[in-house]
Amino acid sequence: MGSIKDKVAIVGMGCTKFGERWDVGYSELMLEAFRECIEDAGIEPKDIDAAWLGTQFTEVNQGVSGLPLADALHLPFIPITHVENMCASGSEALRGASYAVAAGVYDIALAIGVEKLKDIGYGGLPDLSLGAVGKYESLFTPNVTAPGAFAMMATRYFAKYGLSPEEGKMMLAKVSSKSHHNGTMCEKAHLRREAPVEVIMQAPIVAWPLGLYDCCGVSDGSAAAIVVRADMAKNFRADPVYIKALQIVDSSGEELMYTDYDYAHVETTTRAAAKAYEEAGIKNAREEISMAEVHDCFSITEAVTMEDLQFSPRGKVKEDIDAGRFNLDGEQPIQTDGGLKCFGHPIGASGLRMMYEEYKQLQGKAGARQVKNPKFGMTHNLGGLPPHCVISTFIVGH
Amino acid sequence: MVGIISYGAHIPWHRMNRMVIYSAMGFLNPATLTGGEKAIANYDEDSVTMAINAGMNCINGIDRNAVDGVYFASVTMPFKERQNAGIIATALDLRSDIKTADFTGSTKSGTTALLAACDAVKAGSAKSILVCASDCRLALPGSLQEETFGDGAAAFLIGENGVIADFRGAHSISYDFRDTWRTDFDKFNRQWEDRWIRDEGYNKFIPEALSALVKKYDLSPKDVAKAAYPCLYAAAHPRLGKSLGLEPNQIQENMFATVGNTGSAYPLILLGAALEDANPKDNIVVASFGNGSDALLFQATEKLADTKHNGKGIKKLLESKKMLDNYAKYLTFRNVMEVDKGMGRGESAPWEQISLSWRYRRTLLGLVGSRCKKCGTPQFPYQMVCVNPKCNAIDQMEPYRFSDKKGHLFTYTGDNLAFTHNPPAIYGMVDFEGGGRSWFDLTDCDLDGVKVDMLVEMSFRRKFVDEKRGNYGYFWKAVPVRE
Repeated sequence: MGSIKDKVAIVGMGCTKFGERWDVGYSELMLEAFRECIEDAGIEPKDIDAAWLGTQFTEVNQGVSGLPLADALHLPFIPITHVENMCASGSEALRGASYAVAAGVYDIALAIGVEKLKDIGYGGLPDLSLGAVGKYESLFTPNVTAPGAFAMMATRYFAKYGLSPEEGKMMLAKVSSKSHHNGTMCEKAHLRREAPVEVIMQAPIVAWPLGLYDCCGVSDGSAAAIVVRADMAKNFRADPVYIKALQIVDSSGEELMYTDYDYAHVETTTRAAAKAYEEAGIKNAREEISMAEVHDCFSITEAVTMEDLQFSPRGKVKEDIDAGRFNLDGEQPIQTDGGLKCFGHPIGASGLRMMYEEYKQLQGKAGARQVKNPKFGMTHNLGGLPPHCVISTFIVGH
Repeated sequence: MVGIISYGAHIPWHRMNRMVIYSAMGFLNPATLTGGEKAIANYDEDSVTMAINAGMNCINGIDRNAVDGVYFASVTMPFKERQNAGIIATALDLRSDIKTADFTGSTKSGTTALLAACDAVKAGSAKSILVCASDCRLALPGSLQEETFGDGAAAFLIGENGVIADFRGAHSISYDFRDTWRTDFDKFNRQWEDRWIRDEGYNKFIPEALSALVKKYDLSPKDVAKAAYPCLYAAAHPRLGKSLGLEPNQIQENMFATVGNTGSAYPLILLGAALEDANPKDNIVVASFGNGSDALLFQATEKLADTKHNGKGIKKLLESKKMLDNYAKYLTFRNVMEVDKGMGRGESAPWEQISLSWRYRRTLLGLVGSRCKKCGTPQFPYQMVCVNPKCNAIDQMEPYRFSDKKGHLFTYTGDNLAFTHNPPAIYGMVDFEGGGRSWFDLTDCDLDGVKVDMLVEMSFRRKFVDEKRGNYGYFWKAVPVRE
């Protein structure tokens, strides 16, 4: 199998302010990210050869196809591909654009992700019946929401590793508290307040055992990237960021139907991580990955992801959390911008929003959040639910 | 010999002390105070779901291919057009070359269906017929009926082999007696004055039917081990038996103070309870009330002790309960009161594509998945490619039914975001005994009582109500084993 390593570079990125953007729709959001992105790359819209647009909830958003992007930006008769791969949709857009320039078919490609969630009229993500599962599955899938499906992972993690609900919740509270701290330093984040562990522990329960602060926000946002072939990158800027791995892995279905899966980790992340490390030539992820933006849709997701990405030994993440390993001043900072926890999760935008942070960190432009001399940054998306998901594991570096 | 081969019941987990209703609504009609408790169907139950769960209880351990028909009796059938017995037969995963019929219109339809099944088997047109009777009647808030009506179901398998109670005969009477009625534009029952119902109907029809039955088969009152008949009025019930020459110990305890008046199911639930305590050779008479009466005579056989009802006899079902002390919650469960369903989330219902549901009916109604003939792994829903990663065989599947398998709750949550009439929405991953895993909604439980690895079984429930398209959607949920 081949590898994308060092064949493609990101030469420009943009990201909107995330939040409850009552004043704008998906078109305005895309434009906001796009404008910053092309200015950063130093290009004009007409320079773009092809584009990939990532969104999930087309039914409550802009509808299908790439046309809404063309309409919003009036891109001049170029191929636009709309991609949907649940929460990995934004990452999937970047993968499509990267493969296209790597193939030499296009010189300059745009990847953009957007989601306008705050027009549905109720909290949380749109109901399952609005297209997240098929018509057949909707007739027998339980009344599951995202918090509930991830809460079941916390229930099982606690049971498997002998944590009392209090011990388990305390471990998770530290995960969220750390992200909230980082979010205070990020202007584009939705939630920019400290959340002390004591406050988190007393918050109302959303889905037992997860409370309010164990769940990421729901917000609107967009992020975009311009990719080019690596050998062209320096024509655009002195500090391009190079792609080292782009992996997408889907569940096989066995986690949901076959009793081997322990529901205390995410098997698909585990597989996707191994593939990404192989592609990037990473031997020891705990030592070599400088920082990561992982899919902390819920605190428990971040905790098990640390194990799935081999940052912590299996079943031992609590020790690393307690030791502060993942704090901004720790050995392996995670969610340096506050993560989904503070940005919220406009589905199609998140993957590219994460990449925006890694891009800025690698360029040394992360301000107060700057990680010292990062070598490799990683992004991780989990689309779907722990036993049934799409995972992206991307690695970038110098 | 034609008679009862097996029986089962479903009594909802929720009960309400009638004082809770009276405390809320007694101001309206102070004379409605009635003591005791009544059984209340959960928000996800209706007469069809309760009938199916009673049916599951009844045919547990019995070869389903030997069942030649389903008769369903109820005055509260969810579908006016679409045979409800057909839903039951599919959910119970019975053969398709069977007789099915809905019996309705009167609360005596339960005994009428029972009699029709006995007659059909006797006539040789079927070898065995499953009779399910179930009701979930709505009465106006503040009415006496709101206190007296209870929800429940019973099921009887009538056949020729392995008879535990021999069907000896019956006597039926029919009168257009309008004690209670409901037109096609009524949501709630209407009824005439109680004193008239009691004196001109209840106290006359049941005695008429029972005495004619006893006379027809040359029995005297002392030959009757148990007489089972519904209770409409607490004081009138024992007096009625006494007027027939029956001693108190010959009258089956009427469950009025524990379950309530369960309509079409009522005499059948009582018959089941009578069988539970019967001895071989006992003569048991059962009579219904509703536009007349059917009275049936059964005699218990030596095989009575072999009865299997899934460990869930009627006594156990009575004991296992959760007291509901919130009247508003009861109104919410029954959709008597419109409530805030959280805007879009609670109002959205899957669009059931009927052709799709037909195609996958064994999966969706029967909880039938598949088992790989190569590696033996059971899997739900039905797979074409084996899900076992060490096998992955293609097209090596045979149907495999999960509805009758117990399972262990691998993990769970109580979700306050998902809309349900009874939050939190509890759901979890079930690992089935014998293999297979899937996730299911849980019902008939409290979050505090749910534990990792606890034993659960499957229960047929309403999954959604689609008011926009006029549809009830059904599926199976997991419930903690009631013990």
